[in-house]
Amino acid sequence: MAQILDMPQLSDTMKVGVLQKWRKNEGDTVAPGEIIAEVETDKAVMDFEAFDQGVLLKRLITDGTSVPVGTPIAIIGKAGDDIAKLVEEAKARASAGAAKPAAKPEAPKPAPAKPAAAPAPAAKPATPAANGQAARPAAPASAPRPSTAPATKVLASPLARKLATDLGVDLRTVQGSGPGGRIVERDVKAVAGGGAPAQDTNDTNVDWHAAEEAPATAPATATAPRASAAAPLPAQLIPERRTEARPAAAPPSDDVVKPLSMMRRTIAARLLEAKTTVPHFYLTADVDMDAAMEFREQVAQVHGAKLSVNDLVLKACALAMRRIPEANASFTEEAIIQHARVDIGMAVAIEDGLITPVIRDADKKTIGQIASEAREMAGRARERKLRPDEYTGATFSVSNLGMFGIRDFAAIINPPEGAILAVGTVRKEPVVKDNKIGIGQRMSITLSCDHRVIDGALGAKVLQAIVGILEKPISLAF
Amino acid sequence: MSATEREAEAPRDTSRMPDKAQLAHYYHQMLAIRRMEEALAKAYALRKFGGFLHLYIGQEALAVGALAALKPEDYVIATYREHAHAYAKGMSAKSIIAELYGKETGASKGLGGSMHLFDAEKNFLGGYGIVGGHIPLAAGTAFASKYRADGRVTMCFFGDGSVPQGAFHEGVALAALWRLPVVFICENNLYSMGTPLYRSLSVADVSQKALAYGIARDRFDGEDVIRVRDRVAEAVRRARNESLPTLIEIRTYRFRGHSMSDAGLYRTKEEVEESKKRDPITYGRELLVRAKMDEKDIVAIEDRVTAEIEEAVKFADESPELAYEKLAEFTYKE
Amino acid sequence: MRTVAFREALNEAMAEEMEKDDRIFLMGEEVGHYDGAYKVSKGLLKKFGERRVIDTPIAEGGFVGVGIGAAMVGLRPIIELMTWNFSFVAADQLINNAAKIRQMSGGQFTLPIVFRGPGGSAHMLAAQHSQSTEALWAHIPGLKVVMPANPKDAKGLLKSSIRDNNPIIFIEGEVLYADQGEIPDGEYTIPLGVAEVKRPGKDITLIGWSKMVKIALATADALAADGIEAEVVDPRTIRPLDEELLVESVKKTGRCLIIEEGWPFNGVGAEIAYRIGRRCFDDLDAPVERLTGADMPMPYNHHLEQQCIPDVPRAVAAAKKLLYLE
Repeated sequence: MAQILDMPQLSDTMKVGVLQKWRKNEGDTVAPGEIIAEVETDKAVMDFEAFDQGVLLKRLITDGTSVPVGTPIAIIGKAGDDIAKLVEEAKARASAGAAKPAAKPEAPKPAPAKPAAAPAPAAKPATPAANGQAARPAAPASAPRPSTAPATKVLASPLARKLATDLGVDLRTVQGSGPGGRIVERDVKAVAGGGAPAQDTNDTNVDWHAAEEAPATAPATATAPRASAAAPLPAQLIPERRTEARPAAAPPSDDVVKPLSMMRRTIAARLLEAKTTVPHFYLTADVDMDAAMEFREQVAQVHGAKLSVNDLVLKACALAMRRIPEANASFTEEAIIQHARVDIGMAVAIEDGLITPVIRDADKKTIGQIASEAREMAGRARERKLRPDEYTGATFSVSNLGMFGIRDFAAIINPPEGAILAVGTVRKEPVVKDNKIGIGQRMSITLSCDHRVIDGALGAKVLQAIVGILEKPISLAF
Repeated sequence: MSATEREAEAPRDTSRMPDKAQLAHYYHQMLAIRRMEEALAKAYALRKFGGFLHLYIGQEALAVGALAALKPEDYVIATYREHAHAYAKGMSAKSIIAELYGKETGASKGLGGSMHLFDAEKNFLGGYGIVGGHIPLAAGTAFASKYRADGRVTMCFFGDGSVPQGAFHEGVALAALWRLPVVFICENNLYSMGTPLYRSLSVADVSQKALAYGIARDRFDGEDVIRVRDRVAEAVRRARNESLPTLIEIRTYRFRGHSMSDAGLYRTKEEVEESKKRDPITYGRELLVRAKMDEKDIVAIEDRVTAEIEEAVKFADESPELAYEKLAEFTYKE
Repeated sequence: MRTVAFREALNEAMAEEMEKDDRIFLMGEEVGHYDGAYKVSKGLLKKFGERRVIDTPIAEGGFVGVGIGAAMVGLRPIIELMTWNFSFVAADQLINNAAKIRQMSGGQFTLPIVFRGPGGSAHMLAAQHSQSTEALWAHIPGLKVVMPANPKDAKGLLKSSIRDNNPIIFIEGEVLYADQGEIPDGEYTIPLGVAEVKRPGKDITLIGWSKMVKIALATADALAADGIEAEVVDPRTIRPLDEELLVESVKKTGRCLIIEEGWPFNGVGAEIAYRIGRRCFDDLDAPVERLTGADMPMPYNHHLEQQCIPDVPRAVAAAKKLLYLE
């Protein structure tokens, strides 16, 4: 069914709209959201978008016409609708002044505003001097107070008037003793009781609000800054335009979104901090592992204990730290702290992350103790059963990816530790021994050092020590 | 209770719903919010009511996704652009539209209007008209939850325009200091009224503000309701389980002006049109199609939404206004 | 009856109410470990622990807002402002949130919350620390404003304020904290909105609140030497105002002097004078007079400062003028 379209209200203060330009012709179809016309409100020129589907059957006003909000401006309906009646209705409404709400003619009238109980303020606005603080004199205090009121008007306080009525006193016969000759209570009482009126009192002023009377202090120089206001702002005050590209529009993605776990967030934060704030450098060396592997086998045969390569490395690192205590150290803003204890951390991969359990006093523990402790802690790490004190506070760490066949890699230091050793796989390769080519076992290790604590030569000394211990594994036995 | 009202009830526990049912629920909510605001824009133009009207059109996935991560007992507090959050928290279209019409049947009895929707029963703690002024209140409700150990989470929404306000910083600082269970969500629609972000904030990444207070943060785009829900859920979990606040910046775009009288001269038509390609409603429908929901079932949702909003508009139109004589009792509690 | 200091009376009120109701907590700067900047909260941390006596950083806009949020969801906070001079950085919270949430929400949320702390001038604290803020707060519908003058009123009114279900602005005269006074033994409260005749008389009504009650009483003593019987009335709560008792007194005496520490323009006394003028018009023998703080920021210099605060000689002079004496 066809319906009349009214001039819309497009701002909270809009009363009248100017139809600047029709954007649809009679006969055009319109869909919700399509722009029908441009309307100038009191604030801006705005697009008037259609709310309903239909055909613009008739325009009732032309471009440039100004009409009050609520005035019919067009008829919208289905093609072929008979609109004769609507046109008449629209004309009638337009000529009637339009400004009635389109809907709800029975809308309740808003209740008359009744702000508190205050009657309207006195019609005559009070002058600043009449503000009624501690009274100020109307004339010099010592001067007599001639009544400025017409002779017929009697000045009396409200109480005096009431009293006069009660006591049957004619106020015209009373001489006032108050300011300006005002008749006050005691004057009426005096007349009623036959006594003499009191003397006009010296209207001692208690005005000590001197500041209120001080002359206005607005400086006369107010124009000075204004003149410079036209000068352009220094360029650096204008913000630099910044664009930040959002990813391009795309259909919903099939990517799997995995919210970050606490562990992933911690890893992300800590490693980012380490890699970006700790100046790393890397030293790599090959270890001849023949003797170490032999040692491992002997221990297995003699003691029945199974040692991993990692256990040997842990112990070697602990001994190296004991021999070169300058490297068993941490950087702080104030000082380098050389740790008394040697606590070796070992990185353990677990589901969705990694954790580094710590073997305390590893330099004082036998290789067997280290092996069993490492195995036990790695197990609990995977079950996420380590206490926080069991995976924090290492002085040096080892990360071993040898079991995955990794030849060599560089690890990120775990601050505040000073270094970390990355351990590759033990590989067989042709080697020259006693001028003969034979098969040897080699392992690459890479030491990542915090250059603030460990310089190149010191780092090399550490690596050398680790290599030396592993190549002469007898020291591992003690 | 009619079928449409039941549908509107939210947030329900969606975690155990099958995917398709969840998606349908979110689609219903987003579409109902869109249709509700379109009806409000029309009613405003027809002078059914006045005042300010700030529309959320274009941002629907944000409110719906974020609130899907909450439980009914959790608190939500928002700005003056809060119709969507009110609906997504379970308030009916009837109570919202009637409030904008200034009717006694409205959520706040017609005393608050568009900017001040409240629902104590649904734990919707209101829309607030002073930019940033409600953020310390969110720290307060979260403080109360911690004080009582009631396990509730407070979720606080605000725009990028709030971030330069002192109240934002005081509210977040206290929440961080006292480790309060609250999720602060900055709905970054790139403009504070008519001022683009680069002219109101010295950094592009609002979530960086979290660094100064040492709290967790996150930042992502807000047109995909599922992404919003899952990312926000992580912050909700952190609040509930660890009593820690999070600052999340979700980038979004409002298709309409700041308020009804905004001609939008500070941004180009092309920019607005480009952003409409990321319409969360289109997105939501696409998700349903991918989940292999029958077209007729999708249309059925859309029909239910249309009926729900039409019924709500009619309800608002026909409702009475509060009598002036009753007004005084709302200033002080006896 | 027993004698306690004003600050102890406030402390007792809080302690007694907190004892009874776990929803009540005290939050503010230095209220806990420091035992209160003015020692009003002395010992409360020890008694109630850190959960219920909460030290805040210096962020009034933040913790006043936290109190409002907590009150919205059922707690009953007492928020201490170290002084009311610092309330202005929280003005948005107090005016736009505390005073309005009940009405904006159609009555769904009410705020049982007390904002309390010292107000008025003290001694040589200069302009930023010497302000009487009651006129500002009393202007705002939705807030109640309470200003006790002695230990008995302080305790009774604070207990009622804590039990009230509306936001209360509770202003303690900074120079009253050490004042000693008698208070009843055992449990008692004083209802809000009830004024008290502090000294009966028939010739002139002196209206004052908070520390101005002391000036009014001393003025009455001075006037008594001249045979004038002044009646001293203390409204005790500025909003709601017990207009009836004030009107009753002025109808009896026919003269009214209002003594207030705040500034004259739009002061509380201006509102009281208007109400008395309207209701006692036919009973007045002289216009209602006000003796107020000087209309300027408070100066630091001791002698200048004293001249900016109402005192007995000026109050006596003003009263005598109203009586058409001298």
